[in-house]
Amino acid sequence: MRIDKDLVAASATPLVLGILADGESYGYAILKRVNELSGGRMSWTDGMLYPLLHRLERLCYVDASWRVAPSGRRRKHYAITPAGVAALAERRRQWAVVSGTLERVWAEAGALTWAMPLTGPAR
Amino acid sequence: MGGGRCVDVGDAADGTGTVTAVAGSPDAELEARIGQWRGYMQRHRAISPRDTDELEDHLRDQVAELEGAGLSGDEAFLVAVKPMGGLDEVSREFAREHSERLWKQLVVGRGTPDTSTARSRRELSVVLGLAGASALAIKVPALLGLDLSTDGGFYARNLSLFLLPFLAGYFAWKRQIGLPRSLRLLVPPFLLAAVVANGYPFAGAGSTEVLTAIHLPIMLWFAVGLAYVGEEWRSHHRRMDFVRFTGEWVVYYTLLALGGGVLVGLTTAGFDAIGLDEFWLVQEWVVPCGAMGAVVVAAWLVEAKQSVVENIAPVLTRVFTPLTVTMLLAFLVATLATDSVVEVDRNLLILVDLILVLVLGLLLYAVSARDPQASPDGFDRLQLLLVISALLLDALMLTAMLGRIAEFGVSPNKLAALGLNIVLLVNLAWAAGLSVGFLRHRRPPAISSAGRPPTCPSTPDGPPSSSSPSHPTSSSPDRSRGSIRVAIPPRLVIAPAGTARLRSIDISGWRLPDGRRP
Repeated sequence: MRIDKDLVAASATPLVLGILADGESYGYAILKRVNELSGGRMSWTDGMLYPLLHRLERLCYVDASWRVAPSGRRRKHYAITPAGVAALAERRRQWAVVSGTLERVWAEAGALTWAMPLTGPAR
Repeated sequence: MGGGRCVDVGDAADGTGTVTAVAGSPDAELEARIGQWRGYMQRHRAISPRDTDELEDHLRDQVAELEGAGLSGDEAFLVAVKPMGGLDEVSREFAREHSERLWKQLVVGRGTPDTSTARSRRELSVVLGLAGASALAIKVPALLGLDLSTDGGFYARNLSLFLLPFLAGYFAWKRQIGLPRSLRLLVPPFLLAAVVANGYPFAGAGSTEVLTAIHLPIMLWFAVGLAYVGEEWRSHHRRMDFVRFTGEWVVYYTLLALGGGVLVGLTTAGFDAIGLDEFWLVQEWVVPCGAMGAVVVAAWLVEAKQSVVENIAPVLTRVFTPLTVTMLLAFLVATLATDSVVEVDRNLLILVDLILVLVLGLLLYAVSARDPQASPDGFDRLQLLLVISALLLDALMLTAMLGRIAEFGVSPNKLAALGLNIVLLVNLAWAAGLSVGFLRHRRPPAISSAGRPPTCPSTPDGPPSSSSPSHPTSSSPDRSRGSIRVAIPPRLVIAPAGTARLRSIDISGWRLPDGRRP
């Protein structure tokens, strides 16, 4: 299933911040984690992650540092900042309201059964 | 791209991280492909070399994983490169985030290619028309009986009025300001300048006339700047662009002047050789008209061919900053060694003013061409040394200037030199302060166009003890090792472990507003 790209874009920030809240990480690992969490159903254009990370860096939600990876290559690591934690909490509240509202609309319309495949088991 | 030679991707790209594949190994082909891909990436100016490093690391991780799954290097590359996204698309996304890299506005083009080529063709005719008009304008006073050799004062005072309105007109056209608005914006300053330059009763070849001739073009250059920034004069990005433009325009104009000089010299020599005296033609028409027309043409070249100078100007800054530091220090020592500081010649004072203008220009250019995200390096320290030595020299000269004024009283020349000196002093002192702050990690580059907030509130340079790792949500920043680790207890802010598996939009752990489970 393809997720609409606006939806992907809207969820990208909380998703990345959420993953970084689990511990610092770098671009490739973040994408792998997204892939794993979504069962491969949230497809991002890999290149798009980096402008997003840079934006979060500019907003001071994450901190970046260059390290040398075991492979000998230089790699940019990102870690969440307290401001990022706060932003994540705020995003979670917003998503809760949105998804709660959607759920109620669908429940009232009696269309919950139709929406069920959304939360089906991952591949 | 056969596997028969050694491919050195890192060096080919930007000199960071050398990855050398042994000739003939299967890796060589992969390295060649990655090198090619890097090349494509770097052609997009919104993506800096460091970003490319980051993307390349990603690509290599992906390739390594696919190779681990049994694909050949070549196949793995093909599979891995696709999800990286189309270059244009990714570049646009980078451009959106790093708009400061885009002052050339070349990546996010306006309009379709068709209309832009039509416009650029029209632009050439506009440029040539304006250059021609400007070249002829300088000859108009001659029709009224004002000769260049006898009425030098008139020409000196009005020179900028024959040039800069055309330049301002070019930018008004280029930025599509619109005729009524451009008239309202540009006519008052030029009209005022014309009235002052010709209405004021100047004493023949007096110092006030000289000062007017020197300063009027500078004032009117700002009027050109008004047209250059279009309607966005409040935006510091645009104002910084104008500073860059000024530097590049000087470079281009100098190049044109050099070329023109050589050409004129050769032509004159040629005509001389065949016994024709055409010196009057060169003196009366070719040189003045050429010099006038070149002003608009240089501006057009800066606008059209920015990428060329963009490579030259930072190099020039890098070359001349150390040389200027040496010169300043030598000059400083020499001035101190001669004991009679107060009796320095007035011309020396004016010369020092000019040197300081050069220093400020070098500094401005270096800062404006700098990557706002790069951390401070040796060159930034050298720049600080440049500013400090300039400040010392300025302090010395200011003392001398005050001595002269106390001794001989005020004259227009001294007042102008003093005023300029104070302006330079304030600018250089401020620049030194910003430079020190930047070198100590407190602030971004002095006049960065990045628009970053001064510092992230969450990553202070303060004592690490102010936030201990044991505190649940606090961080322990430590910039001294060049990295920051933020200690956050796992699962403190994200969903409970059981709900971490995200399914499209997983709402199983969330509550509805009324407290029910969805």
